[in-house]
Amino acid sequence: MSNVRIPPVLRETTGGNRTVTAEGATVDQVLGDLFVRYPALRERVTTDGELSPFVNVYVNDRDVRYRDGLATAVGPDDTVILLPAMAGGAR
Amino acid sequence: MTNQPATPRPIREVTVPEAIRLAGEGYRILDVREPTEWDQGHIPTAILLPLADVADRIEETIPDRNAFIVVHCAAGVRSVRAVARMQALGYTNAVSMRGSIFDWRRAGGAWEVPQALLTPAQQRRYSRQLLIPEIGQKGQRRLLDSRVLLIGAGGLGSPAALYLTASGIGTIGLVDDDVVDESNLQRQVLHTADRVGVPKTESARMTLNALNPETRVVEHRERLSAENVERLIAGYDVIVDGTDNFDTRYVLNDAAVKLRKPVVHGSIYRWDGQVTTFVPFDGPCYRCMYPTQPPEELAPACAVAGVLGVLPGIVGLLQANEVFKLLLGVGEPLAGRLLMFDAMSTAFDEVRIWRDPACPACGDAVQAAPVAGQPRAAYTEVSAR
Repeated sequence: MSNVRIPPVLRETTGGNRTVTAEGATVDQVLGDLFVRYPALRERVTTDGELSPFVNVYVNDRDVRYRDGLATAVGPDDTVILLPAMAGGAR
Repeated sequence: MTNQPATPRPIREVTVPEAIRLAGEGYRILDVREPTEWDQGHIPTAILLPLADVADRIEETIPDRNAFIVVHCAAGVRSVRAVARMQALGYTNAVSMRGSIFDWRRAGGAWEVPQALLTPAQQRRYSRQLLIPEIGQKGQRRLLDSRVLLIGAGGLGSPAALYLTASGIGTIGLVDDDVVDESNLQRQVLHTADRVGVPKTESARMTLNALNPETRVVEHRERLSAENVERLIAGYDVIVDGTDNFDTRYVLNDAAVKLRKPVVHGSIYRWDGQVTTFVPFDGPCYRCMYPTQPPEELAPACAVAGVLGVLPGIVGLLQANEVFKLLLGVGEPLAGRLLMFDAMSTAFDEVRIWRDPACPACGDAVQAAPVAGQPRAAYTEVSAR
């Protein structure tokens, strides 16, 4: 069971939760578990079954793109962070 | 010495002529006065380490505990204390110079007065940061000679501009084509209620001029675009990105990489903020982090999503902090690190971001890359690192 941090722009898909727990030994499995419970999350995070290019996924502080992508291992005490680009600024 | 501290060993003191002789024989000279005293003149070969820092920093300053060292201050009181502290740490060959620096100069000891880098008025105004070892007169001079461009004179730009100006950045440029709106005032603290309808750059200039007349405030009353970006950023040392949309962020990123300008990035959403520093070719750029921009419906602006007033204050000042480090060349900028702030739980978090060798903007084989839907001239600079 790993912890997954849900960024503010995606929280509406998880009922407002900032952190949720998920089962799975890889990023793919963790996301799959989340998509079952929070179906709206899927289209916000993936495109055609792949991670969307504007969403970064980190296991602890490491970007999975520079590890094994969706196959990156997730340990029980790991924290998965979903991080889409945020634009908000000045005006 | 009347107020010599209790110590297990007697402090060896030397006269001024002896000290001059020992200096000639290769003794290290340690000056334990304050930076402000040092700036008014010092022994050219001396190392500055104020008394208060001796216990904590002597080991990094002079690692060799057997080194032969003459310690001096202005009159010979602080140097005795310094030697006592050094002896307690095992420095057995340190001696204190008994006598004043005036005696030293009268006796023909080497002396140099650094060129005045700051006017007396500047010394008074910036005295609190002149005391910081990493700034001092040289650092302040550098800040006064620096030019910082803020993209957006709004939520993030306001706190950044206020503190950068207060601390004596020489030139602050502001890029914004908007006018002050009543709904801005909850967070955009550069602007005031009586300036609703006034161009933001003008309102900002009024506030910043009042705060520090010495800082030159340059108004760029236009919206950053692919057409004007290079002209706007070319004359600046550091860019603070507080824009409100993705198009602008990519346009700025690509031009900044091309012109090798560091960009301090900040973004906010309701209770959450992010900060990172893009140093071209030294760390990742914005495109390394997010190769493409999300569709518009997934990227709501403040106007749609709302933002806590204090959040841009915090994030904008984290950006200003990055600017200081970049300009002074000290500390560890947030290059390759994305700092996330969660105001709701008051927690900071950090993830690493990597330079993508295949990045279209800063990758190893930078080639013609379509940017923000526009064809762009090929440029073939390849990373030196």
